[in-house]
Amino acid sequence: MTQPMIKFQADKTLLTSFGKQQLEIAFELEQGQLLTLYGASGAGKTTILRILSGLTEVRAGKIVVDGETWQDTQRRINVPTRRRSIGFVFQDFALFPNLSVKENLRYALQKGDDTRLMEELIELMELGPLQDVRPAFLSGGQQQRVALARAIIRKPKLLLLDEPLSALDDDMRRRLQDYIEKIRRHYELTTILVSHDLPEILRLSDEVIWLDRGKIRQQGPPGLVFPSHSLNPRIPGI
Amino acid sequence: MRSWSILDLVNKQSSAQMLKITMTDWQPLWLSFRLASITTVILLAISLPLAYWLAYSRRRIKAVIEALISLPMVLPPSVLGFYLLVAFSPSHGLGMFLDKWLDIRLVFTFPGLVVASLFYSLPFMVNPLLSGFKSLPPALREASYTLGKSKLTTLIKILLPNIRSSLLTGIVLSFAHTIGEFGVVLMIGGNIPGQTRVASLAIFDEMESMNYSAANRYALILFLLSFIILAVVYLVNHYFSKPQPLT
Repeated sequence: MTQPMIKFQADKTLLTSFGKQQLEIAFELEQGQLLTLYGASGAGKTTILRILSGLTEVRAGKIVVDGETWQDTQRRINVPTRRRSIGFVFQDFALFPNLSVKENLRYALQKGDDTRLMEELIELMELGPLQDVRPAFLSGGQQQRVALARAIIRKPKLLLLDEPLSALDDDMRRRLQDYIEKIRRHYELTTILVSHDLPEILRLSDEVIWLDRGKIRQQGPPGLVFPSHSLNPRIPGI
Repeated sequence: MRSWSILDLVNKQSSAQMLKITMTDWQPLWLSFRLASITTVILLAISLPLAYWLAYSRRRIKAVIEALISLPMVLPPSVLGFYLLVAFSPSHGLGMFLDKWLDIRLVFTFPGLVVASLFYSLPFMVNPLLSGFKSLPPALREASYTLGKSKLTTLIKILLPNIRSSLLTGIVLSFAHTIGEFGVVLMIGGNIPGQTRVASLAIFDEMESMNYSAANRYALILFLLSFIILAVVYLVNHYFSKPQPLT
C-alpha cells in the first residue's frame, strides 16, 4: 500500500455568519491526486487551505506532507508559511500590482533557480505577449493564468487553488480548467481545489470532500459523492 | 556639583550668540530646512518599523501606542514643549544623565530641536504609513510568504512599492510640519540666532521689532515653499494613483 502524500488533521473554532462552529477535519491524499473541497459558504473550505499553508493557526492539529511535519501542535512544531513547499492561487489572485507579469513570475523564483521553467510556463499559459504588462491591465482570465503560473513556478509539493475560476465566464472557465489539468498532469502536482461548480468538480477531481459546517459530510471519488449528478450536474446542498 | 537653571542657560548661550547677530537673512531659513531634513530622515527610519508593527500586530497594547503617537496632533505645542523642556533640562533626571554621562545637552541646542521635532512630527509620518499598510489587501503579503519570501523581502519589494503615495505623503507632511513648528522650537530652542532661531521664529522676531518687510520676506518664502511642496505631492500622488500599463 502506498504512503499518503498528505496527512491532515485540524481542530479550530470558526467564526461564521451562523456564529461559532467547530472545524474538525482529518483526511489523507496521495501523490498527484486532485482533491476538491466542496460545501456551502462558511463550511471551512478556505480555512483548510489557509491552515495547510500556515496562514491560519489551529487549536490542535497535525500536517505531514511528503514525510515532513509542517504542523504538530502537540510537539509545538509550526513551520512558517515561507518554508512550506506550496503554491497558492488566491480567490482574487493577489498579483503584485507594482510588478509586470514576468516580474510577478520572477519574484517567485529563488536565487539561482533555473529561469527555463518560467519561460516554459509563459509559453504553456500563452502569456508571451503580456509579459511586460501590469496586472491592472489584464482580464480576469489572464490574471488567473498568471496567478497559476506564479504558484507553480517553485515546483511546490502542494498546489492550493481557492475558487480560482469562480469569477470567469463559462468559456474562459473551461479553457482554464484545461490549463489546470494540463499543468497538473505535466508537473505531477498534488492539488487541493476549493470549488462550488459541479461540472468542474466532476471533470477535475480524483477525490471530493463535501464539508458541512466544519465537518466532513461525505468523502470519496466525485461519482460516488454526487452519483445522481454525474450525468446531469446541478449543485446540490447549496 | 554644577547647578543649572534654564534661565542660566538662555543667558549664557544667548549672550554668546549675540555677537553673531549680523548673520545673513537666509540663516533662519537654512536652519529650518536643515532641521526639517534631518527630522524627516530620522522619522522615516523610526516610523517604518513602527507603522508596520501597528498595522500587522495583534497586540492590544497597540491602541495605547497609537494614541501616544497621535497625541502631538491634538496637544497644544506648549504642553509638549514644556514637558520636553523639563525632561531635557540638565537639572532633571534624563537631561542630567545626558549632560553628566554623555556630555549631550538638548536644551537650547540644535540637536535638542531635532529630538523635539521627532516627537512633534511623529504622527505626520506614522499615520500616512499606517493607512498605506492597512489599505493593502492582506492577500498581497500572504501571497509573498507562500512564494517563500521573508517578511523583510515582502516589505521592501511588495509592500513599500505599493504604498509609494503614503510614503511621499508622510515624508512631505513631516517636512512641512517641522518647517512650520513654532511653540515647541521656541520652548526647546530658545530662539538663539544661528543655532535655534528657525524661520518661523524669525518671522515672530521681526514682527515684534516692527520690521514688517523682513517678516514678510520670511513669511512669503515659507508660504511659497509650502504651496510648492503640497502641489508637487498632489501632482505625484495623482500620477501614482493611475496604474501604469507597462513596466
